[in-house]
Amino acid sequence: MSAVLELRAVTRQHGAGEGLVHALRGVSLQVAAGELVAVMGPSGSGKSTLLHLAGGLEAPTSGEVLVEGTALSGLSRKRLAQVRRRAVGYVFQDLNLVPALTAAENVALPRELDGAGARAARREAVEALTEVGIAELADRFPDDMSGGQQQRVAIARALVGDRRLVLADEPTGALDSETGEAVMALLRARCDAGAAGVLVTHDARHAAWADRVVFLRDGRVVDESVYRSPEAALGTLGSLR
Amino acid sequence: MSVRHGLLALLSERPRHGYELRAEFERRTGSALNVGQVYTTLSRLERDGAVVGTGDGEEGRSTYALTPAGAEELHDWFTTPVTRESRPRDELAIKLALAVGAPEVDVPAVLQAQRTDSLRALQDYTRLKARADAVDDLAWLLVLDALVFQTEAEVRWLDHCEARLVRARAAAPPGPAAAPVRAPGREGVRR
Repeated sequence: MSAVLELRAVTRQHGAGEGLVHALRGVSLQVAAGELVAVMGPSGSGKSTLLHLAGGLEAPTSGEVLVEGTALSGLSRKRLAQVRRRAVGYVFQDLNLVPALTAAENVALPRELDGAGARAARREAVEALTEVGIAELADRFPDDMSGGQQQRVAIARALVGDRRLVLADEPTGALDSETGEAVMALLRARCDAGAAGVLVTHDARHAAWADRVVFLRDGRVVDESVYRSPEAALGTLGSLR
Repeated sequence: MSVRHGLLALLSERPRHGYELRAEFERRTGSALNVGQVYTTLSRLERDGAVVGTGDGEEGRSTYALTPAGAEELHDWFTTPVTRESRPRDELAIKLALAVGAPEVDVPAVLQAQRTDSLRALQDYTRLKARADAVDDLAWLLVLDALVFQTEAEVRWLDHCEARLVRARAAAPPGPAAAPVRAPGREGVRR
């Protein structure tokens, strides 16, 4: 099974001397196509650093990050930017929607930056908005939408153009519990359709959508919880009787 | 859990056979009853005048129906809140309360082992919920939701315990009881 994302003994330090912080201390992780992995841990445990490294937004101090088999450290700045745009989708707590652009334009933006024609980018954007259930809002501006709708636009932008790796940092942060559930169902569906997903969250209920939940403490993976099968799930209930 | 009231509730919808009561109870609550439990409870209910068995059918299958007395007992059950005292003792809280004082117990590891197990259960419930039908499986979904929220609360409580432990150890005078809190669990876990 080939991993879409692979972290090999990755460490990351910030600062120097007295202020040296070991954000990650040798983390290895593989995420296969179709798999959703949740990362949990207290603040300062290295969750967000892990996500930044996975997306090529930061470089590791040592170790290697591979996206679809390509080591990011060997790439030129230009190629790295290309991988970030084409292979990786990001959903961050801070949505970063451009207020002057409509929903469809926001979603089409990464594809246009990537050189897709305006018409093709628009078509892909509408497809992505349809997938997240808000095709009818394509021509609305972010300020005229609810928080949940804006979050869906941000997710559509992360999914557009068939990204194989979706990285989400507290994507349900500011949403009410029902909208949060809907966002998680979307991420899950995207992974079931073949994407690899990494979700950073402090919310156990959302982490529970993942195939694996990885626990970070002080920059190390200390344990993980793996989903087994529906039969095993029913077995769990059996033990409650 | 009250088998007695469960059966009364199912009989309040319509008369049913014992085997049907058992199957329906399991379908809605995910909680299994054995045949013996069902028939013992039915005969007690009949003795107490809460149900009446009608027409010993073929193969000895009686159909049971709710009586007015049974309906009243059921009404009382539904309208009376479940008291916290009537629930079983919380083994986990008791275990942790004893762990913090016990020598040579790695409390953070105890917390993490529990957290991993609770998350796995949450993963199970979440998948079962995703497979259920919003209308046909309404009763079952309510039970699953209850399990999800209880387990989520447990995980939050475990996080809280860990933070409290770190604070307490930082505040305690140095000594054997104030060993530094280690990162819990197995190291270098990967698949």
